[in-house]
Amino acid sequence: MEEEKILEALRQACPDAVLSAEVSLGDAVAVVRREALPEVAAFLRGGTLRMGMLLDLTCVHHPGGAEAFEMVYHFLSLETNARIRVKAGLPADNPEIASLTGLWKNAAWLEREVYDMFGVRFAGHPDLRRLLLYDGFEGHPLRKDYPLRKRQPRIPLRKAEPK
Amino acid sequence: MTTRLERQARPESLLLNMGPSHPAMHGTIRIMLELDGERILNSEVEVGYLHRGFEKTCENKTYFNLLIYTDRLNYVSPLINNLGYVMAVEKLCGLRVPERAQTIRVLMSELSRVSDHLTALAAMAMESGAFTVFLYNMKAREFLWDVIEQTTGARMTTSYIRIGGVRAELHPGYADACRRAVKETRKVLKDVHGLLDKNKIFLDRTRDIAVMSREDAVAYGWTGPCLRSTGIPYDVRKARPYLLYDRLDFEVPVGERGDNFDRYLVRMKEMDQSLRLIEQCVALLEKTSSAPTAPTTEGLAPAEAIRLARRQKPLRPVALSPNLQGAERAVQADIYAQAPGYVLPPKDETYTTMEGLINHFQYFMKGHGIRPPKGEVYFSVEGGNGELGYYIVSDGTDRPYRLHLRAPCFHVVAALEDLIRGRLLADIIPTFGSMNMIGGELDR
Amino acid sequence: MSGHFITTRFNAALGWARKFSLFHYPYVTACCGMEYMSAACAHFDIDRFGAGWTRFSPRQSDLIMVVGTIPQKLAPVLQTVYDQMTEPKWVIAFGACTLSGGIYDNYAVVQGIDQIIPVDIYIPGCPPRPEMVLDGLLKLQEKIQKSEPDWRWKKKKS
Repeated sequence: MEEEKILEALRQACPDAVLSAEVSLGDAVAVVRREALPEVAAFLRGGTLRMGMLLDLTCVHHPGGAEAFEMVYHFLSLETNARIRVKAGLPADNPEIASLTGLWKNAAWLEREVYDMFGVRFAGHPDLRRLLLYDGFEGHPLRKDYPLRKRQPRIPLRKAEPK
Repeated sequence: MTTRLERQARPESLLLNMGPSHPAMHGTIRIMLELDGERILNSEVEVGYLHRGFEKTCENKTYFNLLIYTDRLNYVSPLINNLGYVMAVEKLCGLRVPERAQTIRVLMSELSRVSDHLTALAAMAMESGAFTVFLYNMKAREFLWDVIEQTTGARMTTSYIRIGGVRAELHPGYADACRRAVKETRKVLKDVHGLLDKNKIFLDRTRDIAVMSREDAVAYGWTGPCLRSTGIPYDVRKARPYLLYDRLDFEVPVGERGDNFDRYLVRMKEMDQSLRLIEQCVALLEKTSSAPTAPTTEGLAPAEAIRLARRQKPLRPVALSPNLQGAERAVQADIYAQAPGYVLPPKDETYTTMEGLINHFQYFMKGHGIRPPKGEVYFSVEGGNGELGYYIVSDGTDRPYRLHLRAPCFHVVAALEDLIRGRLLADIIPTFGSMNMIGGELDR
Repeated sequence: MSGHFITTRFNAALGWARKFSLFHYPYVTACCGMEYMSAACAHFDIDRFGAGWTRFSPRQSDLIMVVGTIPQKLAPVLQTVYDQMTEPKWVIAFGACTLSGGIYDNYAVVQGIDQIIPVDIYIPGCPPRPEMVLDGLLKLQEKIQKSEPDWRWKKKKS
């Protein structure tokens, strides 16, 4: 099956980077070590798989686990119409991973969004700052320990009265 | 707090701030410009002015309840967002949707796609000064929304496409309404082609302006009409067909130069293809018409039916109010998958049987309702702007652990700073209009 | 006592002139903008009520229609735009998100724009149908007709 071949090619090219590779619900999913992400990304882009497009880049927060932040990358190859999902776990005390801005241009904004929402730092990012929220917002809202309704108004809000 | 642009700007250039409350109907983006006269030396785009906390809110709502939030993402084509989310959940749960519901979904998707492109081009033309095009497109959009409103009850934010199927069978008069909408839209498209295609002013403002090369478009993750305008024929409906798209006959229009005019023209041609798809869907639906859904006039009023149902199931059918029609037991097999834990019971049973009532309530109660198996899934559909993907992580409970939207216009707007560098100030307007930024999708 | 007849007639005339020549500034952010566009265009025309001319600058308008969700990030901008408008000015809160935050009760959204600026007319709906928008506009016109202008020379009995 095509997804198996993709995972096999990845395993052969970066044998000590891939921790697990399986097909889940029809998608090829590979879990890699976070230090090996640049190598895996370079292979995916330039190697036989020709994954020229970074579709998506996001993060999932699992508080309390050994790998509290799980980065999830989706790649697409326009020539072969193949996709792969690459995941890498980050520890809670040092949520940092290499940036992919050198290889894909949209990684710049995607990584800024993940930094904004989760607080994950990207080494080598040219301009890592908040994207969707504003300066002065403290905390990272998509983390599980940020309360949903904790508002931080930018201006003092007035008490509503009928005019 | 100084912005990056202010820190890097040359002292002799002019700093201009556009937005976030901007006359162009997009309204929520801020572009800070460093100008030398009219020429843009550098720019900085600031987004997030419509960040509504979609992803965090969805972690606190049940799978059914968060459907309403998906409507409001790309609000010009709301049914496509519904569809993407619902198909991701169905992939996770392994549900099979009946064929008629799939055809209805395709019909609704294409209606939404046409209204998305109409609105996008209307805004682009209006901001460039062609106000007539805006009025014509809005007129056509009203006819399309009439079709949607007849069946779903709402013009825009419908929550019609549900997990396991669609909410209700189509309105009895849908075929005529669809035909009328298609006819009016074709007339409008012909008029707009006549107004803009060879219009010297429009061509001067859009031809060879903001040209995007193929390599850059792929590097930026562009998908949808913007990518196709550069010449790459990638369309999720052809690459990874879902619903009935592998059996329907349509083409994927492709541009050549990747400038503003090509983005406009690709959208115009896509609307033609979508209208063809709508006609094919109506033909398919008419061939396999389901049980009649005309309201039964001699039925019981719901309050009376509930009162009688306390003793036994009433012998006469209940006359549902118009906004609940279309979801009776007779049409259930056509519009919903055979999966009792995942779909609502038919409306006439909700009113007359105890099991129907309990199932109905359990569906919405926290802790009950849809509980997909543990796992994660990514599913993408072709939205108005490109590949609209949903990444859902489920931990087995009734709320998603993580729901992430792959917004197509996020990647398109990420390239805006590069596209306008070196161009004139007035070029920003058609460039930005041709990108079709939708704030709800960009900022989530 | 005799001066009141003239001022009430004058107020009525002024109210009539103001209500039928509203220049509005559409502060459009989100989904309600689509219904605003529908209300402004051919099918449900707001121009028939005199409010058709959209002024794309707060300094030239006397009605601000806040259309769509206002997140916390946008609140200071709304405040600034409202302050830039000159008197007399009216505010229409269009859509559920501007009334109370709508369906978004979270860290990012202001729970109602009356926490930022005073509001005259609230139009509920998510999004409101264009007919509801026109109804709200008519109610605003009634309010403007009945309102008394703030004459500086008139001593107010407190």
